[in-house]
Amino acid sequence: VQIRTTGGPATAEEIEAVDSVLGAPTSLWEGGTRTELDDHLARGGHEARSRRHLLLPVLHALQDRVGWVSRGGMEYACRRLAVPPADAYGVVTFYDRFATDKRPPLAVHVCDDVACKCAGADELCAALEASFGPSGATGSHSGGAWYRSPCLGLCDRAPAVLVERAGMRHAQGRITAAAPDTVREVLSGAAWPADEGPRLAQPRSELRLLRRVGVVDPESFDSYRAAGGYAAFRRALELGPEGVIREITDAKLLGRGGAAFPTGRKWDAVARTPARPHHLVCNADESETGTFKDRVLMEGDPFAVVEGMTIAAMATGCEHGYLYVRGEYPLALSRIETAVRQARDHGFLGEDIAGTGSRFEIEVRRGAGAYICGEETALFNSIEGKRGEPRNKPPFPVQAGLFGKPTLVNNVETLMNVLEVLGVGAAAFAGTGTGESTGTRLFCVSGHVRQPGVYEVAMGTTLRALVEKAGGLRDGHTLQAVLLGGAAGSFVTEANLDVPLSFEGTRAIGATLGSGAVMVLDETADLGTMLLRIARFFSHESCGQCVPCRVGTKRQEEILTRMLAARNGNGRDGDIALLADVAQAMRDASICGLGQTAASAIQSAVVQLGVGR
Amino acid sequence: MVILWGSNARETHPIFFHHLLKGMRNGARLVAVDPRRTSSAEWADLWLGLDVGSDIALANAMAREIIHAGLADMEFIHRATTGYDDYARCVEAYTLERAEHDTGVPGAAIKEVAHAYARADRAMICWTLGITEHHNAVDNVLALINLALLVGKVGRYGCGLNPLRGQNNVQGGGDMGAIPNRLPGFQDLEDAALRAKFETAWGVKIPAKRGYHLSQMFEAMEHGEMRAIYVVGENPARSEADQTRAVRLLSGLEHLVVQDIFLTQTAELAHVVLPAAAGWAESEGTVTNSERRVQRVRRALEPPAGARDDVDIISELARRLGTDWGQPTAEQVWDECRNLSPMHAGMAYRRLDDLGGLQWPCPDESHPGTQFLHARLWKDPIEGPPAPFTVVENEPPVDTLSEEFPIRLTTGRRLDSFNTGVQTGQYTSPLREREALLLSPADAARLGVADGEVVRASSRRGSVEVPVRLEASLRPGLAFMSLHFPDQVSTNVLTIDATDPKSGTAEFKASAIRVDKLTAQVH
Repeated sequence: VQIRTTGGPATAEEIEAVDSVLGAPTSLWEGGTRTELDDHLARGGHEARSRRHLLLPVLHALQDRVGWVSRGGMEYACRRLAVPPADAYGVVTFYDRFATDKRPPLAVHVCDDVACKCAGADELCAALEASFGPSGATGSHSGGAWYRSPCLGLCDRAPAVLVERAGMRHAQGRITAAAPDTVREVLSGAAWPADEGPRLAQPRSELRLLRRVGVVDPESFDSYRAAGGYAAFRRALELGPEGVIREITDAKLLGRGGAAFPTGRKWDAVARTPARPHHLVCNADESETGTFKDRVLMEGDPFAVVEGMTIAAMATGCEHGYLYVRGEYPLALSRIETAVRQARDHGFLGEDIAGTGSRFEIEVRRGAGAYICGEETALFNSIEGKRGEPRNKPPFPVQAGLFGKPTLVNNVETLMNVLEVLGVGAAAFAGTGTGESTGTRLFCVSGHVRQPGVYEVAMGTTLRALVEKAGGLRDGHTLQAVLLGGAAGSFVTEANLDVPLSFEGTRAIGATLGSGAVMVLDETADLGTMLLRIARFFSHESCGQCVPCRVGTKRQEEILTRMLAARNGNGRDGDIALLADVAQAMRDASICGLGQTAASAIQSAVVQLGVGR
Repeated sequence: MVILWGSNARETHPIFFHHLLKGMRNGARLVAVDPRRTSSAEWADLWLGLDVGSDIALANAMAREIIHAGLADMEFIHRATTGYDDYARCVEAYTLERAEHDTGVPGAAIKEVAHAYARADRAMICWTLGITEHHNAVDNVLALINLALLVGKVGRYGCGLNPLRGQNNVQGGGDMGAIPNRLPGFQDLEDAALRAKFETAWGVKIPAKRGYHLSQMFEAMEHGEMRAIYVVGENPARSEADQTRAVRLLSGLEHLVVQDIFLTQTAELAHVVLPAAAGWAESEGTVTNSERRVQRVRRALEPPAGARDDVDIISELARRLGTDWGQPTAEQVWDECRNLSPMHAGMAYRRLDDLGGLQWPCPDESHPGTQFLHARLWKDPIEGPPAPFTVVENEPPVDTLSEEFPIRLTTGRRLDSFNTGVQTGQYTSPLREREALLLSPADAARLGVADGEVVRASSRRGSVEVPVRLEASLRPGLAFMSLHFPDQVSTNVLTIDATDPKSGTAEFKASAIRVDKLTAQVH
């Protein structure tokens, strides 16, 4: 660990920010002042390096406090955590949230992704550009800058803007259905509107997983208990770990994160792995374009997430859980943190959960703007304080995951389903949906529908029925396509609108349910621009670790740009074949799901919708 | 557990340190014993920052603590060692209180390391010049050997005493008899029977008495007793302590021959310079590394015009002196060595190629080589003689601190440079900084000198002008310089040539200096 300062010492403000996470240094060697003991003794090594996992929280603290991560601030953090600065620099530059150049304290992130484009994001960006210069420009006015952003997970209230002010009183907020004037005022120093929780358009009687959203007070443990909270936990105690796993297995619950792996089998594998300790990770890094169901759950029913994690931990022998919340979800983050704190205060987390004698703690971690961290092994690296690069599998997480230990990773919606299974029983749960896909599913319907939002329907409901539930298309408009499963999903046309929304149903038409994103595009959408946005998204979000993805996503973007320009006569022969070739290479040879699906939506548009021809 | 004692391996043995890092990643704990908190020490679980030259006090106090805690391996001691009782009596005086006084290291930390070392399943001690560049170098090494014997941490996997070699083939130099009292294979020159074996093979008489080691050579030059020297791959004009004297003596020789791959400062003083091929890339042969493993070296490049392989040069020299050896290949020379040195006998080139090297002793071609030299101590009964404990007492550095010379200067090396810079000086390195006197900020403030200011550093032997660099990791009273840039600053003008009579090594690690502002001197 050679730590040399090349960027000047950390400022008092930066030291305070780092110390707010780590406590004050106790020796010269940790970055403090020399004491007599320091002349002849220093402690470090494994103990010092064991706090590496706090690197991201420390970087967040710096970013929150001063609006960027200076070299001096980073090096102070490095000394505190015994991380080589070159290594830390690799981490800082990996995550979009951390700026390595000085920035004004006010940052306004404007989503220009697919769903927001349908609601006028491009016009909003054009208006900001006219007033404040291009994305990232800081010259023309003081105090703030605006930045184009990929999907912020607020597609139900597009166009969406995330606002952040660094400083002693760091604050994050959002502007939904953002009008240019409102954003301009905020950028000029006005207060941003107060945040509201999620709203559901669906009749309550249809809701299971969502039934408490909008009903309970998301910041009150008592309100959660009064609404039936921790009944599933009691049931789990009666069943015991093996009973719970049997129930989940019998319910045929499949993971809702995108891979649709049988949850019961995963839990069983972790429970049986002899290595200790076991870790639990709740993947709440919902970053798939057009996906916001986990946000709605966390904002509207955060205690249920905590309860679901507690049950999973008890069933699989985990004493420590991490809840990794997407960085762009400030309200979800604060509500989850409140829920964890209150659950601990009420004895439902900690040394002796609800008098059972078992121990379980939840640590809430905040993402830092990296789509790839939704991939489970990238998520582990991120929690460990490293670049969020996926690992090779095997070993699988159930054998060697977080910190090299057996790890159970579940998505928020999956844990919500666990409560449901324990509530109604495996048989009743499996009675809903189709034979292979049991239960209900949350869909995030956005784009050109009358009532965008999260909708809960039984597995196997048709896409047509779902779109109708969201109010259908605006009068006088016709459907162009539906992007199912987000940027990593694929386009579905009018012809396939009767596809049953189940794992097997979508598979049959070569599509995927993925994360539950359903982005509806009518004939006014410029599909070419949308595809280019998706291509840019992937080339930006590729972690760069493996060649097929690093190079493939870039080539895909270039070819697509050229093809779309070809409408003006600049195209090249064979571009469609070349694009297909790159897609194949990425699908076959990428390490993780990002590269494997980076061509999926674009290919489906080229093949089914004739884009580029 | 690994104890790095008097070694900044992170910078001076970076390849070895990478192996150490792997070990640490697998859970090994590292203790660094060094006056400075070096970049190696930054990786350590515990750094014991002892005062320069107090190593024996520390080692003996650890031993006393181990004995009193009942952690000594008495079974091993009784079976495989001698001299324990005298040793135990000696270390009894080294209480933690005394050690804290002598070394500066808190007694509790000494106790902690002693217990951890004794209790570890596997633990090794590695050292380099921080142990050996002292007037009592051999005693320092013996103190560490005593410690390892006390807890039976020798001759076993993951244990042992490892002097880290400074170059890939320092061990090989010894293997081949480049030691005043040894023939190839460490065979005693003063043993008539062994000498006779070589005399028969070579058909010449070998001097029956051992030669001089380096420090004795300089004394002999001083007395006019040694008037010609043949220097191969050394730069004594810059690497010797008390450099003024060294250059004077080398310049006064009747004949000086230097064989090197660079025109070193010593070569500039020579009457004849023999340009040599680089051992690691331009010639064939073998090297022996720190774990006694003999490995093949292959020629990858032709040497530049005029430079010749060492074997060629020596053979040609022999021919001109009247003995025709022909033009032996490296393998022929090696096979001759195998015939005469039993420990190398089984190491045919073919086997070295196939097995990626072999560790001596390897007495015949069916022998797999020897992984642990002292595994013999664990045989029941032991093979060979028992290992002796040696009574050693703490002796502070010769160059004592005084009011006139209040700062302890210690010297060492840096990652980007090698020794006197002969091999590294012509390459740039982003890490390299010009030579400077590294001072603690507290000392600099007391002296009223600023970072970068050129000062006069003086010892009882001489003085140099050198810029100051503030180094926050140095404690007050401790200063550091390297020897990498002799043309910029002749560090060895300051160092003392107080030499350990047993090893011939000078006390480079401990000088007493004073630091004066230049402006003050002008007035």
